[in-house]
Amino acid sequence: RARPDPRSSCVFVVRKDQDIYIQTLRKLFNESHGIFIGLQRSEEEFAGKSRKTQLVQVSKNYRSVIRACMEDMHQAAVSARDPALHSQYSTQVSILSAMELIWNLCEILFVEAAVAGPLLLRLLDWVRLHVCDVDNMVREVLSSENPSKHELFWNVVDVFVLQGRMDEARHLLSKEASANPTSVNMCRILDDLMKKMPVPSLGNTQTLTEMELKWQHWHEECQRYLQDGTFASNSHMESICKILLGDENAILEKKELMTTWYHFLVTRLLYSHPTVKPMELRFYAQSSMDLFLGGESSPEPLDTILMAAFEFELHQVIKECSIALSNWWFVAHLTDLLDHCKLLQSHNLYFGSNMREFLLLEYASGLFSHYSLWQLGVDYFDHCPEYGRVYLELHIERIPLNTEQKALKVLRICEQRQMHEQVRSICKIMAMKALRNNRLGSALSWSIRAKDAAFATLISDRFLKDYCEKGCFSDLDLIDNLGPSMLLSDRLTFLGKYREFHRLYGEKRFSEAAKLLLMLMTAHIAPCSFWMTLLTDALPLLEQKEVIFSAEQTYELMRCLEDLTAGKSDKQKFQDDDVETMKVEMLRLALARNLARVIVKEGTLEGS
Amino acid sequence: MGAPAALQACPSSLDNRISIWSVGDLGNVGLNGEYQGEPQLLCDIRHNGDVMDMQFLDQERIVVASSTGNVTIFRHHQNNQTLSANQRWEKAHYHVDRDASCGGAACTGVICSNPEIVTVGEDGRINLFRADQKDAVRTIDNADSSTLHAVTFLRTTEILTVNSIGQLKIWDLRQQRNEPSQIFSLTGDRVPLHCVDRHPNQQHIVATGGQDGMLSIWDIRQGTMPVSLLNAHEAEMWEVHFHPSNPDHLFTCSEDGSLWHWDTSTSVSEKPSFLHQGGRSTTYFSHNTINQSVVSAWLSNDPTKDRMEITNLIPNQTLSVNSLDILGPCLVYGTDAEAIYVNRHLFA
Repeated sequence: RARPDPRSSCVFVVRKDQDIYIQTLRKLFNESHGIFIGLQRSEEEFAGKSRKTQLVQVSKNYRSVIRACMEDMHQAAVSARDPALHSQYSTQVSILSAMELIWNLCEILFVEAAVAGPLLLRLLDWVRLHVCDVDNMVREVLSSENPSKHELFWNVVDVFVLQGRMDEARHLLSKEASANPTSVNMCRILDDLMKKMPVPSLGNTQTLTEMELKWQHWHEECQRYLQDGTFASNSHMESICKILLGDENAILEKKELMTTWYHFLVTRLLYSHPTVKPMELRFYAQSSMDLFLGGESSPEPLDTILMAAFEFELHQVIKECSIALSNWWFVAHLTDLLDHCKLLQSHNLYFGSNMREFLLLEYASGLFSHYSLWQLGVDYFDHCPEYGRVYLELHIERIPLNTEQKALKVLRICEQRQMHEQVRSICKIMAMKALRNNRLGSALSWSIRAKDAAFATLISDRFLKDYCEKGCFSDLDLIDNLGPSMLLSDRLTFLGKYREFHRLYGEKRFSEAAKLLLMLMTAHIAPCSFWMTLLTDALPLLEQKEVIFSAEQTYELMRCLEDLTAGKSDKQKFQDDDVETMKVEMLRLALARNLARVIVKEGTLEGS
Repeated sequence: MGAPAALQACPSSLDNRISIWSVGDLGNVGLNGEYQGEPQLLCDIRHNGDVMDMQFLDQERIVVASSTGNVTIFRHHQNNQTLSANQRWEKAHYHVDRDASCGGAACTGVICSNPEIVTVGEDGRINLFRADQKDAVRTIDNADSSTLHAVTFLRTTEILTVNSIGQLKIWDLRQQRNEPSQIFSLTGDRVPLHCVDRHPNQQHIVATGGQDGMLSIWDIRQGTMPVSLLNAHEAEMWEVHFHPSNPDHLFTCSEDGSLWHWDTSTSVSEKPSFLHQGGRSTTYFSHNTINQSVVSAWLSNDPTKDRMEITNLIPNQTLSVNSLDILGPCLVYGTDAEAIYVNRHLFA
């Protein structure tokens, strides 16, 4: 890494890791979010077996989502014309495939916690599902005209035997028997052995001891046939018989057909120890890997993870996966599921939260950097009891709000969680933006949402300023229809009432207008700075032919005027220009004249 | 193209796309033998900015409102299944300085009546465009001091808008003055209104949805306040739609993740007895001739006489339902979980 040279300036181009957010992975994130929420919400009322069934179903759901994404990714890889894109998609397919492989094993060992007996069956299914390199060969042989004459015929039979697919192996054997009369006898015996092979049952039809007993007898029978040299004339069938007897070397000879050490492991178990107990797996796993790799190659990350699983080292599995995979999706969801299975001790990590929460927080934080997936992140934070809320508070304020609709969604999330600080802050941002764009109605709408009196005052001052400058109100549709929101701030109330005054005046309802005007000053709704304007507004009312203000009201007005002028210091009075002084003079005159008229009017008895 | 082709848009800023999907006919197997139930993507095209609203202008053209303030007409070429941008009005909506790089304001609503297109936006502006005409036919600047959230046609020359201070306004486009001809508002708090729709047959009945999830039914012939307020969703109601051919049914969707089907067809008020059904209404048929002589169930507000059935169509709700559309027996809606759902047997 170059040390920064003060003499040269560098510009670094930082690029976001696009790996995480490829189109098809978004589907993975969205669908798994639904499964995650369902799991969190599922009641723990079920205990024991039904709860376990429920958890296994959740695990299967996650896996089916992974497989669906694998399919889509595969389609995308096939149809991609750009080679870089094609390789990117293909890499993703292998990563997803590995994830599903690991998850499936974890499901068998941890979620379902298969016991001796069913354990082997599950492992066989697992191997059959994931070792597909041989599928093409199988298809080729089966679809050929004369399968038994095909050069790969015995390979396919071996594959079936190695995967414990006895019926299919027997089916092919029958073809060999009909094609080759000399081997009919051998085929019949081998077929018989395969048919009689005891397998663990899923139900309770036999106990383990019963099964072991039967298996022992069968094993001895196979042994006899081998030692008698029954299959001596056909090396293929002899090797199959050796496999049936669990001969490691015979099985190892078929390395290319098994392709992986864990396939080897399961085959070994099938033919030497079908009633293997979960805790015994670790010994077989280690030796299988050693035998299979034979010191030629070292274990890959995937191998290490699977080995940790066979050893029932949960934390090791999670740790290795975190290192090997580039995003937190896998470990976060798997750990959460294992936590629901009550398999993770809640030993705290250094920073206080437990493993499950730590991983979920990391995953969700990653989602927040995406313009659309952040909404999923919210739900994940919700289910992190220790730090979820704090993380949410910090992240939610940093979401870019490019449209009002997005802001509304963010606000709704904050309001639902009583995050009042964030609500205020976001509304303020939106209101300021609106104000800058001269959208006073929008700005007011945001202040109402946040119940932000200070901002409402700011907006009202803007309106009043506009009025003073232009002599008329802008946005009358807003001011005329404030409704109860008028009460949000005093200034806003004043604005509404002031506009009402103008309306009353326009409708020639002078006495009501006069009363309102006076009330605005005496009830101190109007800011002091505006009093002069209000008094000036009173002038036309004072000058009307008909007397409008009563004596009482006139005295009030005079008092207001005196309060206003008395409040000014001598210096201010000196600075007042002629217009100001003239205004005051005119007002005094008008008030005096009005007073005179009204005293006369009120003192006059109506003629009889 | 199968019957009703559903539209989908991914609302995200970098790789937004307009897509056309085909929802296959009943009984047909898809081209490659896949599930005839799965919507198939026919074609898509990049779109600049979030898709705020869109509508079919005619069989082939779609008008799309963008968060950048642009309004674009896309043409769907059915012969080779492609989409192309046909016409664009740049920065149809903008704040203050149109030429500033971020000067655009989101266009929040669009409504079409071929060849006319009306758009509204966060800038409080109303635009009237005509397809194939480069300049706007009419623009009302500062029509509203707050954000206009939605627009719909009331009559051929009148439109309805709703805004973020809870007002429903009627604008007469024949008149030259830039004032609404009527303003309606809710009493009480000025809750922003987000969506509006007009009854297909009875043009005086209007439904609006607000930020508090409340559904309001208005009779615009009378008064300035709604006829009924129905407490519906727990969060913003994003869209409200009367069923176009069966308007006794109304659909609303909300930020709270639910989609409600409001059914007044079982209402016993005012209907001639020969229309009463034994149980629930299970068929859909045009009420065109019937409605004219019958007071719409939407306007009656006697709760004892009317039974309105309300059903939430989403069993496991999680994220917001942003948009919905209905045609015949088919309902389409899209959620924030980046999924579209198609229900083709709405009245079954």
